[in-house]
Amino acid sequence: MSPILAVAISVTLMLYAIAMVFGLMRLVRGPSAQDRVLALDFMYVVGMLVMLVLAIRFESSMYFEGALLMVLFGFVGSVAMAKFLLRGEAIE
Amino acid sequence: MTANLWAEVVIAALLLLSGGLVLLAAMGLWRLPDFFARMHAPALASTLAAWSVTLAFIVYFSVREGSLALHAWLIIIVLAITAPVTAMVLARVGLFRQRRAGVALPPPLSSPLSRSPDRRP
Repeated sequence: MSPILAVAISVTLMLYAIAMVFGLMRLVRGPSAQDRVLALDFMYVVGMLVMLVLAIRFESSMYFEGALLMVLFGFVGSVAMAKFLLRGEAIE
Repeated sequence: MTANLWAEVVIAALLLLSGGLVLLAAMGLWRLPDFFARMHAPALASTLAAWSVTLAFIVYFSVREGSLALHAWLIIIVLAITAPVTAMVLARVGLFRQRRAGVALPPPLSSPLSRSPDRRP
């Protein structure tokens, strides 16, 4: 791995970390419950992107399955929480 | 190994682009004034940032293994299906809860239907 790619991966992971801190601030601070669900969904997406970058960093394609699972569970979790906020129950 | 070097430059550019876009989305999520404005920001992360990271993944593993590694495309497909559904359900949650809290919002478009007797009020 050339130093260009190594530096780019480090910078990208740092930017993702800063973005996750902003998402966490919105999650803690968020004035309404839907803001918190939105922030959690955003953090799931950023975590998935971190998994993909780590796949390039550690040269292992196994992280791809983790990223795919993260997308699916993030979707299910966000929709379940949104349904709970909408009706007061997750499964009708 | 000039081909590898060029591939790594492309991968680095795609990764930095996605990092900048995700940071922009997070700034939007933090700075924008109300919920419906805030809903727009994370779409940057789940569309263009995810596209560029997935393209970087595909380029990296295609160059490394010598064959086209297109399976990462699944993530784009799954995100393209799930992100609009999440956004729509969250928008309905925002409308429902803000209306119930008494915030002045535009009236629902389906109000003549929802007044029919066989529906829940």
